[in-house]
Amino acid sequence: MNKTVNQKAWFLVLPVLLLVAFSAVIPLMTVVNYSVQDTFGQNQFFWAGLEWFEEMLDSDRMWTALGRQLMFSGIILAIEVPLGIFVALNMPKSGFWSSFCLVLMSLPLLIPWNVVGTIWQIFGRVDIGLLGHTLDALGISYNYTQDTIAAWATIVVMDVWHWTSLVALLAFAGLKSIPDAYYQAAKIDQASRWAVFRFIELPKMAGVLMIAILLRFMDSFMIYTEPFVVTGGGPGNATTLLSIDLVKMALGQFDLGPAAAFSLMYFLVILLISWVFYTVMTTIDAKEG
Amino acid sequence: MDWMAWTWPTAIFFIVIACTLITFTFLAIKFPETPRRGVLGMETTRGDRLFITLLGSAFLNLAWLGIVGANQPYALIVCLVYAVAVFRWV
Repeated sequence: MNKTVNQKAWFLVLPVLLLVAFSAVIPLMTVVNYSVQDTFGQNQFFWAGLEWFEEMLDSDRMWTALGRQLMFSGIILAIEVPLGIFVALNMPKSGFWSSFCLVLMSLPLLIPWNVVGTIWQIFGRVDIGLLGHTLDALGISYNYTQDTIAAWATIVVMDVWHWTSLVALLAFAGLKSIPDAYYQAAKIDQASRWAVFRFIELPKMAGVLMIAILLRFMDSFMIYTEPFVVTGGGPGNATTLLSIDLVKMALGQFDLGPAAAFSLMYFLVILLISWVFYTVMTTIDAKEG
Repeated sequence: MDWMAWTWPTAIFFIVIACTLITFTFLAIKFPETPRRGVLGMETTRGDRLFITLLGSAFLNLAWLGIVGANQPYALIVCLVYAVAVFRWV
């Protein structure tokens, strides 16, 4: 059935629009203005045209930061999604322990980013941290301030600790929505555990998993606080992800022009992912509704 | 407005975008439409197609700047072709 779309309802969001204008649109417009100019402070600007965009597109620094960022997002997705599904499959489906697990799983999600960073920063320290000290006592060389692999391992494990719950909770919600009849039919057909997962559970979870993947990708793509608190982008530039690099450029070096051009490109990528996310969500809703 | 460091080119850029948005808002009110399914396999309205056009144009401009690197205004011709294609087929 084709319904005509009535766009007049959009006028109802005008108050929100006003609020967003001050919190997001006007600052973003300012960034666009900065991106085509050069400044040495004191609010004096000189026209630079597209120079900064050209410089950023040619800059190794940005491309390597992007590479690191994609690697980080790829690694955490490759761990968090299967692990989240595994956890969800093994959670009790109902009763006291089910609620207990749900509360336990949501705890990491409630902890503020900088606190998560601080927890892991201390946890991993060789002198006073439990993890660092234990590894050191076992004779494993581990120092996230000096060793690239250790630094990467720390921020990846930290992200897995912080966000696997989200994937698990979403997957659990997907699993809960499967009617018992499906499992009964599988039992009659003597389907193996793998077949039940492959042909019943996975297809039924596909929608929520898609949401989980996109959410985690978008969030990890914008990650700043946790790795900044733990490694500060180091050792060297080994864990300098996109947003850390951006802040270094804008606030550390006060290169407003290049930083503005950089953030606009960053913004466009995020906008693209958000749009894909929105489209997938509405498509799933339309299918289910 | 000084703190926003306006320049004429950026002002024109935003005025054009604002005018496009206003035009499409009025079009949507005057001529309500039914969403249709195009080559991307999803339902789109005129507004969706405008968004796809604008976002795609931004990437096209960046790609032009990064790959060709000269005669930026010509990138707009590519964007125009892209826009026509989006509004016709998406």
